[in-house]
Amino acid sequence: MSGTMAADRLAEGQTLLEVEEVGRVFGGGRNLFGGHRRALHAVQSMSLEVRRGETLGVVGESGCGKSTLARLIVGLDLPSAGRIVFDGADLVEMARKDRRALSRRVQYVFQDPVASLNPRKTIREILEAPLKHLGRLDGAARERRLGELLQAVNLAPEFLERYPHEFSGGQAQRIGIARALAAEPELIVLDEPVSALDVSVQAQVLNLLEELKGRFGLTYIFISHDLSVVESVSDRVAVMYFGRLAELGPAQAVFSRPLHPYTRLLMQSVPAPGRHRLVAEDAAGELPDPYDPPPGCAFAARCPRQQERCLAERPRPDTATGQSAAHHAACHYPLPQA
Amino acid sequence: MVPYIAKRLLAAVPVLFGLTIIVFLIMAMIPGDPATAILGSYATPENVEKLNRALGLDKSLPQQYLIWLGNLLQGDLGRSYTLNRPVLDEVLERFSATLILAGAALLICSLAGLLAGIVSAVRQYGWADKIITVLVLVGISTPSFWLGLLLILIFSVSLRWLPVSGMYAIYGGGDLPDLLYHLTLPALTLSAVATGVIARLTRTAMLEVLRQDYIRTARAKGLKESRVIGKHAFKPALVNIVPVIGIQAGFVIGGAVYIETVFQWPGIGSMLVTAISTRDLLLVQGGVLVVAAAYVLFNLVADVVQTLLDPRLR
Amino acid sequence: MSAGTATAGKAARRRSARPGSLRLILNNTLATGGLVVLVLICLVAVAAPILPLPDPDVTAPASRLAPVFSAGHWLGTDHLGRDLLSRLIWGTRVSLAVGFFATLIAAIFGSLLGLTAGYAGGRWDNGIMRGIDLVMAFPYILLALAIVAVLGPGLLNALYAISLVNIPFFARNIRGITLGLSRREFVDAARLAGKSPVQVLFTELLPNVMPVIVITMSTTVGWMILETAGLSFLGLGAQPPQADLGSMLGEGRKLLFTAPHLSMIPGLMIFALVMSINLLGDGIRDVLDPRLRAGSLTRPVARTEVMREQPVPAQADGQAVLEVAGLRTEFHIGSSIYKAVGGVDLRLAEGECLGIVGESGSGKSVTALSVMGLVATPPGRITGGTAWLEGEDLFAASDERVRQLRGSAVAYIFQDPLSTLHPLFTVGDQLVEAIETHSDVPREMARKRAAELLALVRIPNPRQRLAAYPHELSGGMRQRVCIAMALANDARVLIADEPTTALDVTVQSQILVLMEELRRQRNAAILFITHDFGIVSAICDRVAVMYAGRVVETGRTEELLLNPRHPYTARLIDCVPVLGEPERRLEAIPGRPPVVNHLPEGCAFAERCPRSRLDCRQGEIDLVMTGAERGVRCLYPLAAGERA
Ligand SMILES: Nc1ncnc2c1ncn2[C@@H]1O[C@H](COP(=O)(O)OP(=O)(O)OP(=O)(O)O)[C@@H](O)[C@H]1O
Ligand code: SF4
Ligand code: SF4
Ligand SMILES: [Mg+2]
Repeated sequence: MSGTMAADRLAEGQTLLEVEEVGRVFGGGRNLFGGHRRALHAVQSMSLEVRRGETLGVVGESGCGKSTLARLIVGLDLPSAGRIVFDGADLVEMARKDRRALSRRVQYVFQDPVASLNPRKTIREILEAPLKHLGRLDGAARERRLGELLQAVNLAPEFLERYPHEFSGGQAQRIGIARALAAEPELIVLDEPVSALDVSVQAQVLNLLEELKGRFGLTYIFISHDLSVVESVSDRVAVMYFGRLAELGPAQAVFSRPLHPYTRLLMQSVPAPGRHRLVAEDAAGELPDPYDPPPGCAFAARCPRQQERCLAERPRPDTATGQSAAHHAACHYPLPQA
Repeated sequence: MVPYIAKRLLAAVPVLFGLTIIVFLIMAMIPGDPATAILGSYATPENVEKLNRALGLDKSLPQQYLIWLGNLLQGDLGRSYTLNRPVLDEVLERFSATLILAGAALLICSLAGLLAGIVSAVRQYGWADKIITVLVLVGISTPSFWLGLLLILIFSVSLRWLPVSGMYAIYGGGDLPDLLYHLTLPALTLSAVATGVIARLTRTAMLEVLRQDYIRTARAKGLKESRVIGKHAFKPALVNIVPVIGIQAGFVIGGAVYIETVFQWPGIGSMLVTAISTRDLLLVQGGVLVVAAAYVLFNLVADVVQTLLDPRLR
Repeated sequence: MSAGTATAGKAARRRSARPGSLRLILNNTLATGGLVVLVLICLVAVAAPILPLPDPDVTAPASRLAPVFSAGHWLGTDHLGRDLLSRLIWGTRVSLAVGFFATLIAAIFGSLLGLTAGYAGGRWDNGIMRGIDLVMAFPYILLALAIVAVLGPGLLNALYAISLVNIPFFARNIRGITLGLSRREFVDAARLAGKSPVQVLFTELLPNVMPVIVITMSTTVGWMILETAGLSFLGLGAQPPQADLGSMLGEGRKLLFTAPHLSMIPGLMIFALVMSINLLGDGIRDVLDPRLRAGSLTRPVARTEVMREQPVPAQADGQAVLEVAGLRTEFHIGSSIYKAVGGVDLRLAEGECLGIVGESGSGKSVTALSVMGLVATPPGRITGGTAWLEGEDLFAASDERVRQLRGSAVAYIFQDPLSTLHPLFTVGDQLVEAIETHSDVPREMARKRAAELLALVRIPNPRQRLAAYPHELSGGMRQRVCIAMALANDARVLIADEPTTALDVTVQSQILVLMEELRRQRNAAILFITHDFGIVSAICDRVAVMYAGRVVETGRTEELLLNPRHPYTARLIDCVPVLGEPERRLEAIPGRPPVVNHLPEGCAFAERCPRSRLDCRQGEIDLVMTGAERGVRCLYPLAAGERA
């Protein structure tokens, strides 16, 4: 049970970010003729907190609201409901009033490393932007800082004068990481930072992220659809399904004793070298219609443990708890804890 | 599908209203005394006075617009002072002649343009492609009014194959063969530019489509190449071409202004040019309004056709 | 990071080898011709005041209507005895200036509107675009006419009218581009770097929109010149005595039958001017438009070109359903040759599933597509080797024969089901088509078969689903349809190119289980391409690992995964995290795969290989078979249990 103990120690870490009942609705409202436009709930009643110094992994399949959540946390988008508190201050307020103050403390690394670099700017211009607009360094100090940044991400200084198209995906992602580091943030949201990369390069970037975290005392929110990657980097994990939190807990607990049937399904679906049998659902399981969400548990249609109550009543995120209070899931009939 | 068409029709209503506002405002912007401007040098003081009252120029601009719009909805576009007949009658008569000319030109440019574009794409970099590419460039670089004159010199003056001008023979004629006989040169001239534009676009659209994954799928299924091109590639290309044909209709109707002048075709274009030089502004207003409305409706049709072709747009 | 530096160095060299924009334009003969003519015309027009020309407006009734080549008047005189050459040159000056300024005005205002609408979005976008739509609801010339009618005839008014009616055109174009760009991630990145919206618009977006503005300008200048000339021709532009080319033409027209040169010469001049501009404009567009620049807008033909340079190798194994031997496929782009596949041997027995694993760009897809000649030509071509389908050399077969085998004997399943299904035809149509292509069944039968196929791949309500369009289905459903289509004609070989990469894990495992079952039921051989060793374990009997266009190791799946012998295979397995083993340290492979147009001599992995020695970088390294099914292409392979 050393995992649980480690998790408990982490639990003492101080809360850096708190997401409270956050929702984001796209569309909706009325059109010109007074008819209702269809609303899509990308994220609904999400609550979680991130502690200083940890890596919170967020997993889920495409369209489950991972990226929307990430954009809300860095202030690129504003929530339609709920509160986000960063280090005691209202993050939404900051995003509205003083973007730069927020960007100094929370940064973002994009999924597509090449698309996140402006094709018509040199690497120097790209890296200087945050130093200029967020930092308050003079010319010489800026130059020094550029050198440090490149060194931190293992790139040669002569890369500064080149254009993005001259770089491979892995190199471009290092530049993206350097840009995020430039403002000396406390929290970095990594949105699928390695999924566009080739496997051999993916490991390079994962190792680099690990190293930087220790060196600069960073806190990560690591978003990915790849369970094995999330497992290998995270202290705690949030599993999302259909815009909501399905399960949250210490990584070890979630992966070794999942509470939510969806988490188990995900884990069984991941093919691993040396494992021969694949387990798949009997029916061709599908997501519900996002424009017309079911009143009960969104996973019910695919869930082997589904009962009547699941269809009528939506489980709260903490309906089920695991062996520690830090591990909970939105499920009426959770998996038994061995 | 029916609800979609209804929705599109409904959406065209504000556009038509917008058109009336623009036309009204353009006319209201005429510097100086509108009545004098409208009546031109023929104006007598009492005529000016009468028109001022008729136009309600003593009222505010929105009021004026509403009165004007009310008249418009009743089909009253005023009287042309140069022709001394109701504007609407003259405009509709002229417009039918333009429709024949523009319709013929549009038919020619759509068919020829599509055909040339497809041949050009399928035989990319072959001699047919090269010839078509050069012809297309020549087509879109030639001033149509000059091309008309050139064709008159060649086919009417030198070869004496086709008439110089007009819509029907002055004596006798008036039947369909006579119309076609007169229509040939102007319609061909008018379609030259649009044919080039459509051919060019068709080529690009076809090439673009032929690179898509679903074309590879069609081939992997073992379909005959003729079917791959004619069905799997042509339909998506057409989705992109149809709106351009809609836009070209605007250019063809606009281009008719030149061609009608060159060939003395009794259409709305030549009417407008005359009306502008004689400053018969009510006639200009009526002409612009009717043509613009027709154009909006035509684009509506293009839109609906595009939607019929592409289920994703529904 | 020496490897990284070295590759970047290469990138820099490649960059300097790439010709500049002007060079590219000059490479294009037509564009160069246009440029030369345009420059000549401009020079003459600019030099008009200092050329020894008679005053263009001085009338000389005595020498009126002089024909071309008369003494003192090269191009003759008009009905007032004015020198036509002089008028032509001065008129060209006016037309050029008007066309140019009209374009500039339209470009500036149109681009500003387009940028604002595209970037600000929401209400701004709506408002601006509604206005633009309204203006565009008028037939183009008509609006210009109406404006001139109000402002009164005159050259300047014509200029205003023409630029005004062109503003929407620019605005629309630029808005589309801006909208697309402002959704790109680099814009968000700039916001996070602390740039204000205005800074983002002008320092991030504008530089990317600029080429489009230039393209649009260069392709519309000619058009604007034509249109202003047109207004003048109608007598609504330049007013006498001032003349531009259009008004000269208009005046000349009145004497068309007696003095045709009066109208023909200015017309010819307009044509020459506009044609040269259009030629140049097309050249500029081709250079600035990245799609055209890469030459990617070439049409792939129905079957890959086969140009085998070496003799066809003999078939080794009569038992195999499909055997690929010495396959070489290259892409010829410009002057470089990409050896995407450099000699691949594969063998697929009846009912067997062979996996091909490798990183992006290792040549997996090209290998698969080469089998039935589906690699795009141009630029691809098969330069060596062969593929035997039950003893028949596919590369020597006729086009018609290959067409008949496609989809019937060998069927493909591709990666992204959204782009591989035709978006405009229903699922049913596409299935029926696949059936009808290879068998003569009545339509009703074919539809019934199609529904059965959908049921076979476990799509609920198959009969209703026949009427669905691909975009109405989820990703997993779409891939099921693709599989159904591949099964339509009882193919003996299925080639699946990363069929689950675009899908979510849970859906992926559904599809894998389905494929596994169908394979057992139908005894079809599968060539399964993937980059994931986990998937290989799940469904492949044997596996071939590819690196830089060649198979570097092959063997039975369990054996190869347990005891990889090639250092690349071993390192590749070690650098992927495995579920359930979070504590495992990921061993990254330094550097990155070589680019296949610059393959090093010897082992392509040498640069990244911890075991590489001097002789690894020399000569050809063969795939050495150590058993019937086990082979490795390495001089110093790992022993069993050894780690790279
Ligand atoms: N149409 C094409 N034109 C030019 N080069 C191409 C083309 N298709 C493939 N290539 C080149 O061929 C090489 C092999 O590509 P291929 O698509 O087979 O790789 P892959 O192993 O399937 O990679 P991925 O995992 O990304 O699908 C690459 O270097 C690629 O750039
Ligand atoms: S609430 Fe019910 S349906 Fe939902 S996951 Fe739990 S058991 Fe399954
Ligand atoms: S041949 Fe040499 S360089 Fe290549 S993989 Fe083997 S040991 Fe490494
Ligand atoms: Mg591939």
